[in-house]
Amino acid sequence: MDFQFDIFLASLPSLLRGAATTASLAIVSIVIGAAIGLIGGICRVSRRAVLRYPVILYVTVMRGVPLLVTLMFLYYGLPSAGILLEPVTVAIIALAAVNGAYVTEIVRGGIQSIDPGQMRAARSLGMSYSLAMQRIILPQASRRVLPPITNESLTLLKNTALVSTITLSDLLRSGLEVMTWKANTFSPFAGVALIYLLMTLPLVWLNSFLEKRYRLR
Amino acid sequence: MSEPRMKDVSSPVPALVIRRLWKSYGQNDVLKGVSLQVEPQEVVTIIGPSGSGKSTLLQCINFMEPFDDGEVIVNGKHIGYLPNTGSTRVRMPEKQLNLLRRDIGIVFQQYNLFPHLTVLGNVIEAPIHVRGLSREEAIARGRQQLDKVGLLVKQNAYPSELSGGQQQRVAIARALAMSPQLMLFDEVTSALDPELVGEVLATMRTLAQEGMTMIVVTHEMAFARDVSDRVIFMDDGNIVESGRPDVFFSNPTHDRSKAFLRRLNGRHEPSISSALTTSA
Repeated sequence: MDFQFDIFLASLPSLLRGAATTASLAIVSIVIGAAIGLIGGICRVSRRAVLRYPVILYVTVMRGVPLLVTLMFLYYGLPSAGILLEPVTVAIIALAAVNGAYVTEIVRGGIQSIDPGQMRAARSLGMSYSLAMQRIILPQASRRVLPPITNESLTLLKNTALVSTITLSDLLRSGLEVMTWKANTFSPFAGVALIYLLMTLPLVWLNSFLEKRYRLR
Repeated sequence: MSEPRMKDVSSPVPALVIRRLWKSYGQNDVLKGVSLQVEPQEVVTIIGPSGSGKSTLLQCINFMEPFDDGEVIVNGKHIGYLPNTGSTRVRMPEKQLNLLRRDIGIVFQQYNLFPHLTVLGNVIEAPIHVRGLSREEAIARGRQQLDKVGLLVKQNAYPSELSGGQQQRVAIARALAMSPQLMLFDEVTSALDPELVGEVLATMRTLAQEGMTMIVVTHEMAFARDVSDRVIFMDDGNIVESGRPDVFFSNPTHDRSKAFLRRLNGRHEPSISSALTTSA
């Protein structure tokens, strides 16, 4: 073991800069992914095939292709088709798309878990389908989907480590740089792991808070 | 096909006209050409064995169950399909359907209250967002309806905090808050514990006395006998017998109605014999 406290301390500023990149990537992708997921989930339960089938295709592709492959494909594959994207853009597209696919499935499950009697009661009162969705179904579904979405966001935060492969100086890559610079492996990676852990903790707490809060009803 | 109809000024438009209603699920015919007319302020109970098509008939009236053939006319307006479109039937636009449904109240076996809203929230939701009432007016009307079903004190409670009977009374208030012209009750006491049935039936009884037009699918024979103006016995997708409750229960004419009533008598649950001797 080659843990040296001074190297650990010296690596921290560099690691924290990387952590900032990781955090902003995660936040942006979580927000965009949530928006995609909400719209995707609603389309997924629609009676209209034109809304439903494209979403099914999207979810199937994003869930079936490894995130690392998606990143590689967008970053190294697309330029050969004349499309050159910034690493940050590639990272956000890939992360948000994957997150959006998983959130779509969560939202679909949430909507479908609501008793069909709720929709029947709302429609019987003269509400349109969209009004019933908006006022009756989604408010109830949101309570059920928030804990799994938090969980999915946690996974996404950790998956951002994969963007280090497309030259982005995220937390992991910063650790790798410190390793080469200081010729020490243990100390920077101890810092990297610790910072990932600290960043995920708020999400873990949020998750258990939401689960507790919505357990009753 | 259409018989010449005379304009009669003295008789109002029927609250409900059902003509030759057919409905099937795949190979299974649930309704086989049911016809029925209900006058304003009339209280009609529909009884019959389970699977006879009673609930389906009710769901067809507000077109929550689309029917395959025939027509349903509520307060003179066709529902579900556009009238007079020749041989091809055209389903009416959703918007038009939504407008018609506002005037038809329905209460379900499983209450179906909105669990994320308070009792008052449940009652004012549709008046505000469907009828377009101001919040103040909706609250005023909603409180009135809650008072009528005796649950004004629970206006800020959530449905999960109420008993089944109370939830069902809120469901009745929610339907009434839309000022419907016709109320449908779909086995509203079937999911309730026996001791909670009475409070719901009492609410419905009051409503009937106030002159609400009601169609009630029920297993409560005492209610059918005491409150309704007409009893309809359904079996196997058909209306088998229809008549005044006293006549129907004391002297059913059809074999299947007789058999049904005999079966009820054979049970030790609140049976028709006890129902007939204990008048409310």
